[in-house]
Amino acid sequence: MSKAKKFMYINRHAPCGTVYAVEGLEVVLIGAAFEQDVCMAFVGDGVFQLKQDQDTADTGMKNFSPAYRALGDYEVNRLYVERESLEERGLTEDDLMPLTWEDEDDDWAEKPSIHIVDRAQLSDLIEEQDILLNF
Amino acid sequence: MLHTVNKSPFESSSLKTCLSLVRSGSDVLLIEDGVYGALAGSTHSPLVTEALEALRVYALEPDLKARGLSGDRLIPGIEVVGYDGFVDLACTNDKIQNWL
Repeated sequence: MSKAKKFMYINRHAPCGTVYAVEGLEVVLIGAAFEQDVCMAFVGDGVFQLKQDQDTADTGMKNFSPAYRALGDYEVNRLYVERESLEERGLTEDDLMPLTWEDEDDDWAEKPSIHIVDRAQLSDLIEEQDILLNF
Repeated sequence: MLHTVNKSPFESSSLKTCLSLVRSGSDVLLIEDGVYGALAGSTHSPLVTEALEALRVYALEPDLKARGLSGDRLIPGIEVVGYDGFVDLACTNDKIQNWL
């Protein structure tokens, strides 16, 4: 197989009001089966996708937020969250779901998947990618 | 008059436009992604805090819960209502304007 390409999925929409977030997550989980180098970025209202304690029971909508916890099992373990987007929304890292993955090269140690990066760092990460997909 | 806002203030200007045009004494209800406008400490919260001096602002509880937002994270003065409260607001106001 040819060399794995670097994929970044950029998530820019809030979780419930539109289908961008849930559709984007599905594409990431499907795409993960193709053994590419996959990471995700959360900017703008996309940071709300990772908010803890989402409970859609009273709205009659399906709560898909627990599915983000599956990303680590699909080796999608680099979730970059833009610090400025959190700050603009009055959020901190503690507001986000504690997503982790198990590193098989390090005796299955549980490691955090979420990395808070500033705008300049995210810009550099975007530049490094081969393929960018926006949701 | 009852005004509803259903878009995130970070994605759309609907909350800003609504608050600039509503008469004092009106009711503004934040629903769906509009409830993000109720978050304390955001770049939009000063706008809402200022509006609260002249009108009542409500946020729909099921939509807050769906987004993981609890009452203690909201701008002080915003009233949280359920679907029953939404119905009451729709009935007690003579007109409804939806800022879609």
